[in-house]
Amino acid sequence: MAVGNYIRERFFPHIWCPGCGHGIVLNGLLRAIENMGLKKNDIVMVSGIGCSSRIAGYLDFHTLHTIHGRALAFAVGVKMSRPELTLLVPMGDGDALSIGGNHFIHACRRNIDMTAIVMNNRTYGMTGGQYSPLSGYGTLATTAPYTNIDPEFDVVNMATAAGATFVARATAYHVLQLADVLEEAIRHKGFSVVEVMSPCPTYFGRKNKEGSAVDMMEKLKTTTTPLGSKAKQENPSLIERGVFVKKEMPEYCTEYQKIIERAMKGK
Amino acid sequence: MGGKLTFVQGNEACVEAALYAGLDFFAGYPITPSTEIAELMSVRLPRKGGMFMQMEDEIASICAIIGASLTGRKVLTATSGPGFSLMQEALGYAIMAEIPCVIVDVQRGGPSTGLPTKVSQGDVNQARWGVHGDHSIIALTASNHQDVFAITVDAFNFSETYRTPVILLFDEVVAHMREGLRIPEPGEIPLVERLKTSVREGVDYHPYLPREDGRLPMSDFGGVHRYNVTGLFHDMWGFPSENPQVVHDLLRHLVDKIESHVDEVTRYREYFVEDAEILLISYGSSARSALHVVADRRKHGERIGLLELQTLWPFPSALVREKTRNARYVVVVEMNMGQVLQSVRESVEKPERVFLSNRVDGVMISPVDIRNILRLIQGKGV
Repeated sequence: MAVGNYIRERFFPHIWCPGCGHGIVLNGLLRAIENMGLKKNDIVMVSGIGCSSRIAGYLDFHTLHTIHGRALAFAVGVKMSRPELTLLVPMGDGDALSIGGNHFIHACRRNIDMTAIVMNNRTYGMTGGQYSPLSGYGTLATTAPYTNIDPEFDVVNMATAAGATFVARATAYHVLQLADVLEEAIRHKGFSVVEVMSPCPTYFGRKNKEGSAVDMMEKLKTTTTPLGSKAKQENPSLIERGVFVKKEMPEYCTEYQKIIERAMKGK
Repeated sequence: MGGKLTFVQGNEACVEAALYAGLDFFAGYPITPSTEIAELMSVRLPRKGGMFMQMEDEIASICAIIGASLTGRKVLTATSGPGFSLMQEALGYAIMAEIPCVIVDVQRGGPSTGLPTKVSQGDVNQARWGVHGDHSIIALTASNHQDVFAITVDAFNFSETYRTPVILLFDEVVAHMREGLRIPEPGEIPLVERLKTSVREGVDYHPYLPREDGRLPMSDFGGVHRYNVTGLFHDMWGFPSENPQVVHDLLRHLVDKIESHVDEVTRYREYFVEDAEILLISYGSSARSALHVVADRRKHGERIGLLELQTLWPFPSALVREKTRNARYVVVVEMNMGQVLQSVRESVEKPERVFLSNRVDGVMISPVDIRNILRLIQGKGV
C-alpha cells in the first residue's frame, strides 16, 4: 500500500510550522508501517495533547486523541482489551515525561506491547515555547527568561532504567535510520520507546539562537553520532543514536492470558 | 424467588452486580474504603475471561477503562474522594467523547485525605460539578445491599443507553456493612447491551451522528470502521471542529441527552409519604437512620414519611416538588454540610420549610440525631 493511503488527505496541509521536525517523524512512521505491510484496521494510534499529538488526526487508523499526558494510560486499556492490535503512541516531550512521566515509567515497567514515540522538540510548542523537562540547563524559554535551571531527563536512560525492553534514539535528520528504528520498535514484542529529536525552529530555535530550520537540521547531524562510534570516544558531548536496548521479557498481555487460564482452572 | 442468598459487604454487592451486568474490564488503584472492590475483581474477572488491572494511579485507572470501553467492553473503576478528584479530567473526556463507563466513589470524610476510614456523603456536589465546563451527569446511590445491586446494574444500563459515564456514590457505611443479598437469577434484571452500528464495512460511518432517538450506535475500536475520538469539540466524524454551530449542537446534545430523560433515570423509594406532615429526604446510609425514625414515630402516631433518593443527578426536582407538596416540614438528612439540601430547596415551593439534619464528624448519623432536629423544628426542645 502506498504511503499516501495511510493519511487523511483532507486535513492537509498540516498545522505544524515550517521547519518543524514532526512531519518528518510522520513520514518515517508511515514508511515503517508500509514496509511492514500493516493493515489500517489493525493499527490504533493513541496520542495526548500538544503539537506532536496532532499526528493522530492525519492518519487513517483508529485514532484516539486523549488528554494531556495520559495517552499511554488510554493505550494500555485498548491493548489489554484487544492485544492483537498494533498500538502506536506518539507523544511530545512534555506530554510524555512531565505530566505523563508516571504513566511513562510504569508502561516501561509493565512491558506491554506497544510503541511509544517521544517527539522531543525540547519545548511546549502548542502553548508558545515554555521550557520542558527536556529543554535542559542553561536554555532559554518564554518561562525561563533568565535561563533555565532545570536539568533535563535523558529519555533513553530513563526508559532503560524503568524497564523498557526496546529503547532507541533517532533524529528527524537521519530519516532512513528513523524509519528503520521505528519498524524495529513496532516489530519488537514488548514496550518500545523511540526518542526522536525533532527541531522546533519557531520556539526553541528562536529563543536559543539556533538559527534557521536548516541550521537546526545541520545541528542534529553534527551533534549526534551512531551508538558505539569512535567519534563518541573522541568527543563525549556527542549524543548517540541507535538501538540501546533490545531484550526479551515476558509481555504483559501474554502474561495476563496465563492469569486467565490459571483463574479458570481455579488455581 | 430464585437466586443465590449471600451475606456480604456493600462493596461485594457492587462487585456481584457489576459482573451480573456484564462487566469484563476493571482498572483501579487501592484506596480506602473502596479497595475490596478491586480485590474481588482481581479474583473474579479472570475467572470469566475478563481483565483486572491495578494501575499506577487513579488517573491511569479511568483512562484505561475508557480505552477498554471503546473496544466494546463494559468497564468499571472504583475509588474514594481523593481518587475521584484525580479522575475529574478524564471523566470530562468520557462525557465529551461519549464513552460508556461506570465509576464507583465510596465516599469518606474530606476534603483532602480527610477521614479515610470514616463515613461521609461529601462528594455529592463533586459528582455533579467536578468536571470543568458545562455538562450533565448521572449519579446514583443506595442504602442497602439489595438496592446497591439493583442500582449498580442500572448504572451499567444507563451508561450504555446514554453513552455516558455514570457515577455510583456509595458511602463507607454501606460499603463495609454486612447484610443479606439475594443475587438475582440471570435474566431477572434486564441488561442493556452496547448499541452497535449496523453500517457495513466500506460505507461511511458517522460515529457522532445521533439517531432520531438521540442514541449513538457505536463501532468497536479496532473494528471495521476507523474514526477519530477526541476531547475537543468535534463533528459527526469525530474530527475537531470550532464551527460555532457544531460546538453549540454538541454541547446541547451532551446536556439534553441526560436532562431530557430525568424520569427514565430517576430511582427512589418512599415510605409513608402520602399523608406525611414531616417528610424526611435522605439517601445512602443516612436513609437507614431516617427510615428507623419514621418507623418508630409512626408507632407513636406521628405523620412522618421518608423519600429516599437513589438518583442524585440529574436531580429529580419534579419528584421532590410533588412529594413535598403536602408536608409542613421537610428535613433533609445527610452527612455533609447540606449538599442535597440545596437542590431540595431549589425544587420545593416553600424553601423556608426545608431543614437540615446532618453530621459531618465521621460518625454515622443516628436516629437520635434526627429526632433531636425534629424536636427543635416542632418547638419541643432537645
